[in-house]
Amino acid sequence: MSMKTMSEAELRERTRALLAEVHPDKVDRTTFRRAQFDHGLAWVRFPEGHGGLGLTANLQQIVNDEIRKNAKTFYEDMAINPIGIGMGGPVVLTHGTEEMKKRLLRPLFTGEEIWCQLFSEPGAGSDVAGLSTRAVRDGDDWIVNGQKVWTTLAHLSKWGMLVARTNPDVPKHEGMSYFLLDMQSPGVEVRPLYQITGEAEFNEIFMTDVRIPGDRILGHEGDGWKVAITTLMNERTSLGGGGGSRGSGPIATLLRLWKNREKAAFTQASEAVMRDRITQLHIECELLRLTGMRAKAGLRSGIPGPEGSVGKLAMAEINKRLWECSLDVMGSSSLLYEAGYELKRPELHGRASRVEEHAKYQFLRSRANSIEGGTSEVMRNILGERVLGLPGEPRVDKNVPWKDIPRGV
Amino acid sequence: MHFTFTEEHEELRRTVRRFLEQRSDEQAVRRAMETERGYDDDVWSQMAGQMGLQGLIVPAEHGGAGLGWVEMMVVLEEMGRSLLCAPYLSTAVLAAGALVEAGSEEARSEILPGIASGETIATLAFVDDGRGWDVADVQMQATKDGDGWKLSGVKNFVLDGHTADVILVVARGPDGLSLFRVDAGAAGLERALLPTLDLTRKLARVSFSSTPAKRVGASGDLTSQLRRVLDLAVVGLVAEQVGGAQRCLEMSTEYARTRLQFGRPIGSFQAIKHRCADMLVSVEFAKSAAYNAGFTAAEGDGDLASAAHIAKSYCSEAYFHAAADNIQIHGGMGFTWEHPAHLYFKRAKSSSVLFGDPMQHREQLAQSLGI
Ligand SMILES: Cc1cc2nc3c(=O)[nH]c(=O)nc-3n(C[C@H](O)[C@H](O)[C@H](O)COP(=O)(O)OP(=O)(O)OC[C@H]3O[C@@H](n4cnc5c(N)ncnc54)[C@H](O)[C@@H]3O)c2cc1C
Repeated sequence: MSMKTMSEAELRERTRALLAEVHPDKVDRTTFRRAQFDHGLAWVRFPEGHGGLGLTANLQQIVNDEIRKNAKTFYEDMAINPIGIGMGGPVVLTHGTEEMKKRLLRPLFTGEEIWCQLFSEPGAGSDVAGLSTRAVRDGDDWIVNGQKVWTTLAHLSKWGMLVARTNPDVPKHEGMSYFLLDMQSPGVEVRPLYQITGEAEFNEIFMTDVRIPGDRILGHEGDGWKVAITTLMNERTSLGGGGGSRGSGPIATLLRLWKNREKAAFTQASEAVMRDRITQLHIECELLRLTGMRAKAGLRSGIPGPEGSVGKLAMAEINKRLWECSLDVMGSSSLLYEAGYELKRPELHGRASRVEEHAKYQFLRSRANSIEGGTSEVMRNILGERVLGLPGEPRVDKNVPWKDIPRGV
Repeated sequence: MHFTFTEEHEELRRTVRRFLEQRSDEQAVRRAMETERGYDDDVWSQMAGQMGLQGLIVPAEHGGAGLGWVEMMVVLEEMGRSLLCAPYLSTAVLAAGALVEAGSEEARSEILPGIASGETIATLAFVDDGRGWDVADVQMQATKDGDGWKLSGVKNFVLDGHTADVILVVARGPDGLSLFRVDAGAAGLERALLPTLDLTRKLARVSFSSTPAKRVGASGDLTSQLRRVLDLAVVGLVAEQVGGAQRCLEMSTEYARTRLQFGRPIGSFQAIKHRCADMLVSVEFAKSAAYNAGFTAAEGDGDLASAAHIAKSYCSEAYFHAAADNIQIHGGMGFTWEHPAHLYFKRAKSSSVLFGDPMQHREQLAQSLGI
């Protein structure tokens, strides 16, 4: 039987065989996820031997549904290793050596090794290709100096996807290389960054004379931008949604809040307005889900295209409006923030909280949706230029050596 | 739900597009929309004779192709894209759909073959004068008259009601809602072409006074069948909307690439580029909504009503905004009669209102969600 034509029924059968062998309710997370990986059910779009079966991405849903149906325990990828699974895995698959794939993918999937993304710098956010962190050769190794910011989960990470400048004398896109940085290396300092929710899920990273062995480069010297683009395309696809069932996720929370509302606080007119707003959000959430499914139906292990920005942009804008609406539903209780703002370092598996508190937290957290992983403005540029073929803006930084481009900070 | 169009679907799409590019280009649309009948007989017979489009969902035993709603969606998306002026939605979607879903065996074998061959123009007279698009809104009574029936009252906004050979009227009989057939030329039948905002789609006001009719509905109360007929009509209409919206997006990006101001293409200005990007997102969402509704209709086991409400609400607004932004992006030229932007703008508005506007569909969805 060719894997490419494996039917849904066969995939279901294969998932049940996994559950018969190791059941997530009975063994620990690592044991179960290792077995899931070895059965090719970690990410079915990956090739056989690397946790997959070479199928289209949308079929992962079948595996997940089958596990959910037959077990109480279900591990959400996004709660285990969001950056590793969303970006690290795909980028290693596309650009890594066979050795790297064998060494890195399994512990990445199980969550034994957490990953983070060392792209943004104080002076290089949307314009990440303008970055200043320097990597200089020293024999077979590289020596890195510089600063990164907004690095989500760096405080828990084993591996960092690091983009650094290896040649400042060529135009900016040509002079970068992509490294896998062991976050425990001497000279790597991780400091928490306090954010609007009171948490510090991201960090500042200071790298002082950090040594990276020569075989930890992904792609070749100078390929950094190409590998970074693979990372970002996968990031957008992973943020763009498409999982779950109709009416699940944030919209379910909003509906619950609406059903629990303080009825006396609404007039007939304001009820009608709110109902229509909520129904519109229900529609948009459903279409976000369906659009993600349509995109995944065409996706195997290749690099996702710029179309991924459709889901990323839409998710960000819908999610912000959804949580704004949920605060409107809660009325005066939105004056309070019960969780408080003392600095917290989030662990990966978020604490359960009351639905109202969760909504208030999300109201604040969702402001990041249109900034992280590329701002909404940058998404619109990408859709306009790369998908619709509209001309770029006049630029002052093309074909100029990186060292001659004006920069702040 | 898989949303996968097969190679046969893509072939159908290519064939229909090629035909419409030749026979329903902008000049042809403008010519047809200026006539009272509203369509070109020649094109209509070719659609039936060469391509079998009128009989797409008509079962093979009645002379049709016996295909389903995914194929219908593909065809209508192309028709919406080219703004085809023809009594297609009325004949091949509404009337054929009503007979397939709710017609008696006898009526199907009487009427469907003529529809499939392109000889019969048919329509569904649904909306009571002054009332809404919901099945529950229909009040018109059919009274028994010897072996037959008599209808009195007014149906408004009847698609192609002025040209239809056969009008299927939704009315209440003694055992509930049913379908009644009135033929052109029947006694007491009056039909008035309405002055429409959208010239590419003809609407008529149809009055009956003791007009003889024949009951053509299957037996019993047909409320739930007729609900489904309307949901299916929505599937057809949203597919048209998607085709029109996609065309507006293409016109806008094409113009943004080529129109120069301040020494550069206007598409290089972010105000224009971002408008196009937002249009792309909403067109993609509209496709998800329409295809989901179409595949749900074809597979027959999902929640068609919700899928239709979601699609009608979203696709209506997506098309309208695409058509409106298309005018803005074309500047003064987009405001002229010569430029096709206004044809899409008017079609977008009329399609948004037809079969229930977005707010009404959201209201029904809200009820089904229990909010
Ligand atoms: C919660 C969170 C988590 C993050 N996690 C990570 C991480 O793990 N790793 C990592 O590397 N980075 C991470 N980031 C950083 C993120 O990628 C950047 O913040 C983002 O790319 C924007 O860069 P900036 O903050 O420097 O803003 P800027 O680029 O300075 O943008 C400021 C404003 O200018 C607009 N703008 C900039 N350029 C253009 C343009 N060409 N056209 C139109 N408008 C423009 C932007 O849209 C924005 O509104 C995270 C950010 C957040 C908020």
